[in-house]
Amino acid sequence: MLERKSHLFLLFVTISVLFWGLMFAHAVYRQRADEVLFQQKRALVGWLGLTDLCLFTDARYTRNPSMADMNTPFQDYPLSFEHFPSGSLLSLPPHLRAHAEDR
Amino acid sequence: MQLLEKHKNIIDFTLSSLWRRKGKNISLIVVYTFIIFLVASVMFFTHSIRKEAALVLRDAPEMMVQRLVAGRHELIPVRYMDEIGKIRGVQSVKPRLWGYYYDPANGANYTLVVKDELKDSVGSVRVGSGVARSLLISENAAIPFKTHDGAYLVLKVKSIIPSESELVSADLVLISEGDFRRIFAIPDGYATDLTLNVRNSKELTTIAAKITQIFPDTRPILRDEILRTYDAVFNWRGGLVIVVLSCAFFAFIILAWDKATGLSAEEKREIGILKAIGWETSDVLQMKFWEGVVVSLSSFLLGVLLAYLHVFFASSALFESALKGWSVLYPEFRLTPFIQAYHIATLFFLTVVPYTVSTIVPSWRAATIEPDSVMRA
Repeated sequence: MLERKSHLFLLFVTISVLFWGLMFAHAVYRQRADEVLFQQKRALVGWLGLTDLCLFTDARYTRNPSMADMNTPFQDYPLSFEHFPSGSLLSLPPHLRAHAEDR
Repeated sequence: MQLLEKHKNIIDFTLSSLWRRKGKNISLIVVYTFIIFLVASVMFFTHSIRKEAALVLRDAPEMMVQRLVAGRHELIPVRYMDEIGKIRGVQSVKPRLWGYYYDPANGANYTLVVKDELKDSVGSVRVGSGVARSLLISENAAIPFKTHDGAYLVLKVKSIIPSESELVSADLVLISEGDFRRIFAIPDGYATDLTLNVRNSKELTTIAAKITQIFPDTRPILRDEILRTYDAVFNWRGGLVIVVLSCAFFAFIILAWDKATGLSAEEKREIGILKAIGWETSDVLQMKFWEGVVVSLSSFLLGVLLAYLHVFFASSALFESALKGWSVLYPEFRLTPFIQAYHIATLFFLTVVPYTVSTIVPSWRAATIEPDSVMRA
């Protein structure tokens, strides 16, 4: 059965495709299984009136990007540069750009 | 059936040919797989974060009103609520008290949030699991908070917020209003910002415009804007994503360029011999097509699978140091896998297809000239 190299390659592709199928099945399973967790997190967000995910805790404008200002990263002192690493990972929330244009 | 057998023969020959140069080809597959793995990891991570934010933050306040002074977020007088409450369509206005606390003991930042329900529990707090982990504490432990005047306020940990919600609550400290005002010396009659509920969500922008008209020093933020924030900050054009994508793109260009600029003398001689023993130009092109497919498809299939394991089973361990940055307190979260077929298809067409094409083109040039001149070259 596997005496030819082409068979080995086809076997590799078949096994990989099977794993891909498992990957999609796992994703669907986890989405359904985590439904309760999403409900709990939503309830907590509603109860506390939270506005952001807790992804970064080093700078206040990356802890709560939706509550920040365009100038927050640079306001520590005149001519200050934005220096927190997380600041370079996040781009500007779109509504801040809109507010800046309104001014 | 005959066609299938012919292709199987060509694949046999292609694999033997690739195996003759195994050192070069195995390292090519390793690098190629790593590029796909990196791009797919970023794609899985950012898409799942965006999806999680959209699902979880759906119950965030409909509108927040902040006060700005000299471009900075300032405390808002609670009396603003009276005027805002009179605007037609506003159902309720509530003050929100929250702020950041830097713990000099471990260098971590906490987010302190006041809840009305905790007003009777002065002297105690509920903390996020990230706070408990960073302070190595459990229920009934005591946390000293340094107040504005340098004194210490010791608060007892009443309970710890379950770790399942760490992605929204890792750094939270739920505290009573009295203790919060005592730590930060926030006078009565002031809040951090205001939250609004409206009767009809279609009127949100009109109400926001009215608020800025009455109080020009305020800035309303709508829930839709919050939801769009995570869509935008983890967009492919921003921050981390663009850096990784650019690196991967240039690495891929080098790989494809190496293939497209020409064949090695050994590869040219091989094509010449094949032509001399009777292979048609189309057969040579089919062989090169399969060579491109074997390398790029194998790398693609492996790279995407490894990226899935990396992001959803290993909690994006490779990105951890970049995501942690200078954070002392970092949430330990497990992302729910959300895969978009469109993203995977885009990755396929941007990697497998160009690589295969760039393998065929120089071979076509070599296959169309006379075999003896190719062999002599």
